[in-house]
Amino acid sequence: MRVFRYPAPPSSAITPPALWLSRRAMLAAAAGAGLTGSILPPRPAGAAELAARPGALSGTGLKPTPLRDVTHYNNFYEFGLEKTDPAERSGAFHPRPWTVRVDGMVAKPRTYDIDALLTRPLEERTYRMRCVEAWSMVIPWIGFALRDLLAEVEPLGSAKYVAFESVVRPSEMPEQGGVLPVLDWPYVEGLRLDEAMHPLTILAVGLYGQTLPNQNGAPIRLVVPWKYGFKGIKSIVRIRLTDRQPRTSWNLRAPDEYGFYANVNPAVDHPRWSQASERPIGAGGGFFGAARQPTLPFNGYGEQVAGLYAGMDLRRDF
Amino acid sequence: MAPWHARSAGPIRLALYGFGLLPAAVSFVLGATDRLGADPVNTFERTLGLWALRFLILSLCVTPLRDLTGINLLRYRRALGLLAFWYALFHLSAYVALDQGFDLLTLLADVTKRPFIILGMVAFTILAALAATSNGWSIRRLGRRWKVLHRLAYAAAICAAIHFILSFKVIRAETLLYGGVVSGLLAYRVWRAMPRRAKPPPA
Repeated sequence: MRVFRYPAPPSSAITPPALWLSRRAMLAAAAGAGLTGSILPPRPAGAAELAARPGALSGTGLKPTPLRDVTHYNNFYEFGLEKTDPAERSGAFHPRPWTVRVDGMVAKPRTYDIDALLTRPLEERTYRMRCVEAWSMVIPWIGFALRDLLAEVEPLGSAKYVAFESVVRPSEMPEQGGVLPVLDWPYVEGLRLDEAMHPLTILAVGLYGQTLPNQNGAPIRLVVPWKYGFKGIKSIVRIRLTDRQPRTSWNLRAPDEYGFYANVNPAVDHPRWSQASERPIGAGGGFFGAARQPTLPFNGYGEQVAGLYAGMDLRRDF
Repeated sequence: MAPWHARSAGPIRLALYGFGLLPAAVSFVLGATDRLGADPVNTFERTLGLWALRFLILSLCVTPLRDLTGINLLRYRRALGLLAFWYALFHLSAYVALDQGFDLLTLLADVTKRPFIILGMVAFTILAALAATSNGWSIRRLGRRWKVLHRLAYAAAICAAIHFILSFKVIRAETLLYGGVVSGLLAYRVWRAMPRRAKPPPA
């Protein structure tokens, strides 16, 4: 006789008590705040709370850009070309079920389920984000070091690069179904293996204490804080180790404007605009909010990463 | 007594300036009071530049509209052209003051090195010259040369349209549409200037 088994949720789906208790505290605070007229920022659809410990490599003295701006002003061309499109047009996107295949030149290729990845020890990393369009934010990401994942699949000695690939879902991502695609899908990105193994390089699964909203690259994306934002490939389905420099979407689109490395560099201008300074987003105050601020070499992470590029001509390898 | 359309030309022109400057005024108030989105300076710059191109295109529509439909809006063309100039001036000022904060070194590098910026500056310089000569005194003074000078509006439109196309990371359908309209308006001029030959006799 077969024994009936009650359908049990995976342990990853069970909210830890500390979290739901803090949620109650937040709701109580929100109710209190409601009386005084202020409310919590609305949580984007589908995002859930996500616990993380503060990361040792998190930036200090950085003031995070308001959640509303992080989630409502960004580029995610699969959903449209306007910076308001990702928030407006990503509602039909399904970040579950989801797996990430890690293979190529590795000893132990694996397929990771996103819910299993969420049970790993997660860190909050507050990083500067510099867009190649000369605007910037500060974002409290939640994630884990890419190197930890790569260590598990055991890269072969022949592996020199890591190639990343985004999901292709024209039915859920309007721009992928467009008549005049602006990029070739899937979006692809790549890093040199030593860049991928750098402790600052993370796979983010959340931001601002919650799982990654659809518009920010749900359920898992790359964050490389010393590179221009377009290197941070979103909604990753495959990570492949290889001995050849991977093709990257923006470099394929305009090789004279976007290099493979795409390190933030105030001394190397985009052909159409200067990269010497940036407009901080979400400072408030309209026109008379924060003025432009100087862009820092390697986006301020030079001390940690400049050594990766010793001896290279960064004007040529931009 | 003058016909109604002659009598109403003044008030219509005034209304044209009023409504024409409305997008700039609304956008400025929204931006100054932090209601223009996450990147207000960029939004403001783009709004102003786009309206400059729109008014320039409208001014170039006057002649074909008269030729093809008989509707004569010639008396409003100067207002349309001047609106294009004012928007170009606001656009440039927003870039110099609000965006670059009068950073002269950056501005100098921009206008000497970057074709994208140079095209915008050429368009602006032309519009400034045309605006400065958009008055009865200049028309009388320049005589036949006035018409030649004001044909530079075509060059300004080409430069402005390319500047607009280049202002985005990728080539967008919207910018190509504006480029197409400008091309069409210029092609019409070329077609109209071609010598007309009599139809060949039937064989």
